[in-house]
Amino acid sequence: MSWVGRSIRRVEDPTLLRGAGMFVGDIGGAAAVRFVRSPVASGLVRAVRGPAYTIADLDADGVGDIEAVLHRPDYVRLAQPLLARERVRYVGEPVAVVVGATAAEAEDLAEQVELDIEPLPAAVGLEAALAPGAPLVHPDESESNVMVAGEMATPELAEALERAHAIVELEITSGRQAALPLEARGSHAVTERFGGRTTLHASIQAPHMIRTVICDLLGMPEADLRVVAPDVGGAFGQKLPLAREDAIVVWLSRRLGRPVAWIEDRSENLMASWHSREQRYRLRAGFDETAHLEALQADVAANVGAWPCYPITWGVEPLMALAELPGPYTPEHYGARSRGVASHTCPMSPYRGVSRPVITLALERLMDVAAARFGIDPVEIRRRNLQSDFPHISPTGLRHDEGTYREAMELAVGRVDLGAFRARQHAARAAGGPQPGIGICTFSERTGYGTPAFAARAMGVTPGFENVEMSMDPSGYVTLGIGASPHGQGLETALSQIVADELGTDPGRVRVVASDTDRTPYGWGSFASRAMVLAGGATYLAAQKLAAQLGSLAAEVLEAAADDIVLADGRATVAGTSVGVEIAELARIAHHHTQRLPAGATGGLSAQAGYDPAGTFSNACHVAEVEVDPETGGVSMRRFVVVEDAGRLVNPMIADGQIRGGVAQGIANALLEEVVYDGDGNILTTSLMDYLPPTVAEIPDIEILHLETLTDASVTGAKGLGEGGTIGAPAAVLGAVNDALSHLGVELNEMPATPERVRAAVRAAAGSAPAGSAAGGPSR
Amino acid sequence: MTEISPPDVAVPVVLAVNGTDYRVAAEPRKTLADVLREDCGLTGTHLGCEHGVCGACTVLMDGEPVRSCLLFAVQAQGAEIRTVEGLADADGTLHPLQEAFWRHHGLQCGFCTPGFLMLSAGVLESRPDIGDDELREALSSNLCRCTGYQTIVEAVRSVRDAAGA
Repeated sequence: MSWVGRSIRRVEDPTLLRGAGMFVGDIGGAAAVRFVRSPVASGLVRAVRGPAYTIADLDADGVGDIEAVLHRPDYVRLAQPLLARERVRYVGEPVAVVVGATAAEAEDLAEQVELDIEPLPAAVGLEAALAPGAPLVHPDESESNVMVAGEMATPELAEALERAHAIVELEITSGRQAALPLEARGSHAVTERFGGRTTLHASIQAPHMIRTVICDLLGMPEADLRVVAPDVGGAFGQKLPLAREDAIVVWLSRRLGRPVAWIEDRSENLMASWHSREQRYRLRAGFDETAHLEALQADVAANVGAWPCYPITWGVEPLMALAELPGPYTPEHYGARSRGVASHTCPMSPYRGVSRPVITLALERLMDVAAARFGIDPVEIRRRNLQSDFPHISPTGLRHDEGTYREAMELAVGRVDLGAFRARQHAARAAGGPQPGIGICTFSERTGYGTPAFAARAMGVTPGFENVEMSMDPSGYVTLGIGASPHGQGLETALSQIVADELGTDPGRVRVVASDTDRTPYGWGSFASRAMVLAGGATYLAAQKLAAQLGSLAAEVLEAAADDIVLADGRATVAGTSVGVEIAELARIAHHHTQRLPAGATGGLSAQAGYDPAGTFSNACHVAEVEVDPETGGVSMRRFVVVEDAGRLVNPMIADGQIRGGVAQGIANALLEEVVYDGDGNILTTSLMDYLPPTVAEIPDIEILHLETLTDASVTGAKGLGEGGTIGAPAAVLGAVNDALSHLGVELNEMPATPERVRAAVRAAAGSAPAGSAAGGPSR
Repeated sequence: MTEISPPDVAVPVVLAVNGTDYRVAAEPRKTLADVLREDCGLTGTHLGCEHGVCGACTVLMDGEPVRSCLLFAVQAQGAEIRTVEGLADADGTLHPLQEAFWRHHGLQCGFCTPGFLMLSAGVLESRPDIGDDELREALSSNLCRCTGYQTIVEAVRSVRDAAGA
């Protein structure tokens, strides 16, 4: 009986259900750290007065600046101080830090700190930062706010656009959003009185990488810092980059010789952690007579805020758009310019899906607008354009392994019964009032990529591999140390299922150790939908090695051939016989009776393995059904169907949980969530009454169907799926909103589609020619 | 005239939590959530926003779900407080809601889970036959960022249905 493929309950849960988890804020016993943050978006720091540490203290201790590097000629390289030095660049930028006995005392102390800042003009938002003469965010390092700019084109793009049967042009914009883990960030550091070793507990996604960079900044040996990510209350990318605050917490604990902790509050988190996804896409697409997309040209710009994030840099959004924009479609000709634009706003970090939610929104709107132009069904135009020959090599050189783009769409569309829906829609249009709409989104999700993919980004550090260390102790229990750093995904459970199958044991006899640099092999953590593929692959390979050791030992003990040994149900058995031995007994022999081992063998049972694949593509189709009230602009979700192909599902329940949670975030990204600044750079959304994550009232049940295309790009056959829900849902929802109002000539190409924006689009359509505004360009 | 304590000088506070009296010294300005976590050592009650929106800090006060971040500890004196630590039986047997959240995959990172468990417990104890729509509305009090809510709703519904069976 195989454990892989079964929805077993998670081993992570009992502790969390009892309220016995340990999150950073639960550790206690530490002085409270509070940051004093800039109240202005741009300015010169004249003086800091009061009981606080400043950059001068860090400089005096020789603490270094952060350097997030891309080795590209178009990249502006900066050194970022841990606290503002001379200049502040966004509201919320940390300028000084205080330490109090309690959080309340630290807040009182922070209020005594006086920041003397001379305000300067600020460039707030993408268009303001790109405008001629815009105030510069880094005037000493760059003559414009464009901090990274990628450009590429296939040789005959211009000719292909020239000879296209029809040109469709489209502008898509996405509002700024926040990943919003329910536990905000935080860190807690203790430095041993004797020996001086420091332990940092922090709410992070990549403990090993964070240890390296903090030690680099503080000039200390890595062996002198232990980094632990205890229970982490959600991350979604926001806890991947180095938090300046975490490095300062380590510095303070070493300087003061006392435990210190920084527990970010929600306003800080919304104002000054990381933001994402403020992007604009201008597409120019050439279709042939059959409505096939032949040529795609794009101009992409992302407001990446005031500083790069380490180590991903602020190239991650624009350059991902450049590389992945063709998506699941097959234009032969492609060209794009993509720029990361600094502005006086909170820095950008990756958020679940990174650029793909907006890439997908742009492509799916393009397909819907083109379908309307050609007078064909949205399903039909996708049939004619989706990848179907594999492997497919994109114009940017990405290798798409086998997927089920068309099959997933047909299955999803069949599920919702499009014909019946159109009849309902027809009736609703005649009746007036709230209008139903349906939106289809097909997309690919690049997952499980290792060093080759990251090396292509030319980052200052190249993430990629994952290693695991596996051992079986004399009682027959398996301990698996991983470099990945799960934080709610259920990876421990899923990995235990893989181990159980390979070793013929029970998942309950597997203990996964993660997120502690003292107890795990170096690895890159959990992000980019990679852990199941990479840590899972390494686990599978290590388990095979350990199984071989058990097989050899069993062969010796049972006086049989090693090839005849079968590991199953806790026993090693000679195939086709009842002759066998308990695996636990083998484990005991391997440690306590090593005289019984084959000649030359040493005691113990352990194995290491690494895995570093090039990557694979999952695919999915999302269908959203909404109801839109043209009078109020209100949108409510009626139905949501997902057909997902993520290869082999190790634990279908966990996979479905990832999809549902991702879709919920995607729906909210599409309809509700937006970080808003005023023209001076003051952030207006600093509480959960202003920034609007969804409740259960806004999220429908998600119907999920699976396809399982097994790939040779992943040793377990599993593809990643952690980001897919969030990638596909915005396009499906916005497509549905547009569909609901298409009879009014509405074209809404901006997310989130708040009631205000829906109403504006309705008014614009009523006041203009019925062709709509965004899909200009004549058919030829 | 009543003498008013300064907000930042600790006063004796007695809290009845999960059937135990906790005698602590807490500043009048200190919230119930902070006293539960820091002075009673009951860190299962989590803080997600401290604005009263997310509900991660939900506990039961005399059976009613309340936001412990919006109450001062001194206001909770004399009330029966219940937190997630008191949900399972003394012998460790999980409460039916804890079992159901586990079975239905009603949690991922687990940060919102104590708040949802206490909210659900309060709702089902006061309205054991609550309808589906009303239950959904009640559960819309709290935020979860991981699950998309569906499995939380299914978990709570299953406990309601099992109790009524």
